[in-house]
Amino acid sequence: MYKFRIGAGVRRFSVSALRRTSSSGVKQAMPTSGAQPPQGSSISLKSATRDPSEYGTRPIYLDMQATTPTDPRVLDKMLEFYTGLYGNPHSSTHAYGWETDKAVEEARANVAAVIGADPKEIIFTSGATECNNMALKGVARFYGKSKKHIITTQTEHKCVLDSCRHLQDEGFEVTYLPVNSDGLIDLELLEKAIRKDTCLVSVMAVNNEIGVIQPLEDIGRICRSHKVFFHTDAAQAYGKIPIDVNKCNIDLMSISSHKIYGPMGVGATFVRRRPRVRLDPIINGGGQERGLRSGTLAPPLVCGFGEAARLMVQEYDADQAHIRALSTKLMDALLSMDHTQLNGSRIHRYPGCVNVSFAYIEGESLLMALKDIALSSGSACTSASLEPSYVLHALGADDALAHSSIRFGIGRFTTEAEVDYVIQALTERVKFLRELSPLWEMVNEGIDLNSIEWAGH
Amino acid sequence: MFARNLLRQGVRSRVALANVSSRRLYHPKVIDHYQNPRNVGTMDKNLTNVGTGLVGAPACGDVMRLQIKVNDETGVIEDVKFKTFGCGSAIASSSFATELVKGMTLEEAANIKNTMIAKELSLPPVKLHCSMLAEDAIKSAIKDYKAKRGNRKPTM
Repeated sequence: MYKFRIGAGVRRFSVSALRRTSSSGVKQAMPTSGAQPPQGSSISLKSATRDPSEYGTRPIYLDMQATTPTDPRVLDKMLEFYTGLYGNPHSSTHAYGWETDKAVEEARANVAAVIGADPKEIIFTSGATECNNMALKGVARFYGKSKKHIITTQTEHKCVLDSCRHLQDEGFEVTYLPVNSDGLIDLELLEKAIRKDTCLVSVMAVNNEIGVIQPLEDIGRICRSHKVFFHTDAAQAYGKIPIDVNKCNIDLMSISSHKIYGPMGVGATFVRRRPRVRLDPIINGGGQERGLRSGTLAPPLVCGFGEAARLMVQEYDADQAHIRALSTKLMDALLSMDHTQLNGSRIHRYPGCVNVSFAYIEGESLLMALKDIALSSGSACTSASLEPSYVLHALGADDALAHSSIRFGIGRFTTEAEVDYVIQALTERVKFLRELSPLWEMVNEGIDLNSIEWAGH
Repeated sequence: MFARNLLRQGVRSRVALANVSSRRLYHPKVIDHYQNPRNVGTMDKNLTNVGTGLVGAPACGDVMRLQIKVNDETGVIEDVKFKTFGCGSAIASSSFATELVKGMTLEEAANIKNTMIAKELSLPPVKLHCSMLAEDAIKSAIKDYKAKRGNRKPTM
C-alpha cells in the first residue's frame, strides 16, 4: 500500500475550522509564522484550507443548489488516485487494478449506506442528468412493448422533463401531474393517473428551486401496490434528508456527487435488485457496472464521491443543526420585510433552500444589485433565458411574482456572518429598488395593479 | 500568405467568441446608470403641463413610467422623471432616456430612436427590447401631454 502525505494535515480539521476560513466574502488574515505553503500553491499548509488570496475577494456563495464547494477531506481522498493509485479498477490481472477496485467498492458501499441500499444496487454514472436519462429511457424502452405510459410532475428538473419529451417522440405517453400552491403533488391524482400500461412514476425528492420535499413514502406505497416502478430524482435530497429506499419502496434513484461537497462529474443511480428493475442501457460497451453503464470508472471521482457520502452520514447531525439555524434566521429576516413571500411549502421543505419573492422588484435587477453575493433567480439551467421559472408557474404564482424570486442556498460551509451580511444587504437594496419601481408606488397609492390594462409587448 | 490569412481569421474568430462570452456582463455605462440612476421620481400627473407614459407589463418583467414637464410656450421639455420595474438594462435605458430628452423640444424628443439608446449603452441583442420600451415610454409621454393640451385648448 502507498502512504501519501500530501495534505495530510487536512484530515484532522473540524468543519467549524473550515467554515471559519472558507468564507470567501470576508477576507481573513492568514497566519504567517511557521510553515509556508509552496510558491504559487492555493493550499495553505498552515490552516488546511484554500488560501483565499489566490482567488481574490469573491462574492459570498449562496448558490448551494447549483453546486457545493468540495470538502477538503474529499479532495484529500481524491489526491491518492491522481498520484499513486492509477490502476484501472477493471484490470483484474494485476495489483494496480485490485487496489483501485477495492477503493471503488468501498466508495460504492459508502454511497449505498446513506440510503440503506445494497452496494450492488449502486451504478456509478457521470452525474444526475445521466442518471435521470438512464432511468427514464432505460425503463421505458425495456418495458416499452407492453407498457407505454410514464407519470411525472410539472416541477421536475429539466433533464427529466426533456427525457420525457424525447420519449413522447418515441411514442410513449406522458402524464405531467400538476402541483398545488405548496409545490406538493396530489396523491389521489397520482393514483388516478396510474393506468394498466404505466411503467414508471418519476417524482423528485427535493425540488431544486423551491426545496419542497415530496411525500416519497406515500408515493412509493401507491406505486408498489399498483406494481409500477418508482423513480426519484434525489440530486438535492441525497444525504440531506433521511431517505430509506426500502421504507419508501423506491426502485430507482438519481444521485449527484457535487451537491454533497463531492467532485463534479460523477453521480450514481440506485437500481433495485429485488424485485428486479431491468433497464435498456444507454451506454453499451465492456459491460461494467452490471452492464447498465459501460465505460471505465474514474476512481478519483468515484472515491471522492464515496468519501463525500461517508461525510454526509458522519456530519449529518451537525450539518442539519447548522443549516436549519441559518435558514431560519435568513427566512425570518426576509419574510419580515413588506410584500415578500416564501415560495413552496413551509412545512415540507429542505431548510437549505429558501426561495423568496420580493414583489414589485424584478429578479434580475435585484441580482445585479447583489453582485457581492452569488445567488440565482432559479435553476442554473434556465437562468440564461428571460423566461420566468416554470416551477413557480406550476405553483400558480403569477408572472410578476415569478419574475421577482430569488433562491438562497445554505450549506455546510456557510457562516453566520455571511447570512448576517446577506440580510443587511438585501434589506438595503430591496428598499433602493422599490423606490425606483413604479409598481411599488402605485401599490402604496392604493391602485390595484390588476385593474390596469397593461400594454404587453 | 494563405496560412497567414487563416491565422488572422482564427484570431478574429477568437475575438468574436470572447465577445459572445462577455455578453452576459453589463457594460460599464449600464452599471453606472443602474447604480446612480438619473432623474428618478414622480411628478403630479394631474398637472396640465405634465405628460405621463406608462409602458410594459409586470407579467413581461418590465414596466417603465416616464414623465415629462413641458414649457407650454416653447414646447421644450424642462424636466423629466422616471421609475422603472425591470432588469438592469431597463433601468439604465430609462435613466439614459431621461438624460437624453431633457432640454429637447417635443419634436426632437419624438424622433429619438431605440438604436440611439442601445448604441450608447452597448445593449446585447437579448436586451434590445429594453431600449424599445424606453422609446415607447417617451412617445407615450409626449402623446399624453399633447392629448391634455388638445383637451384644454378649446376652453382658452
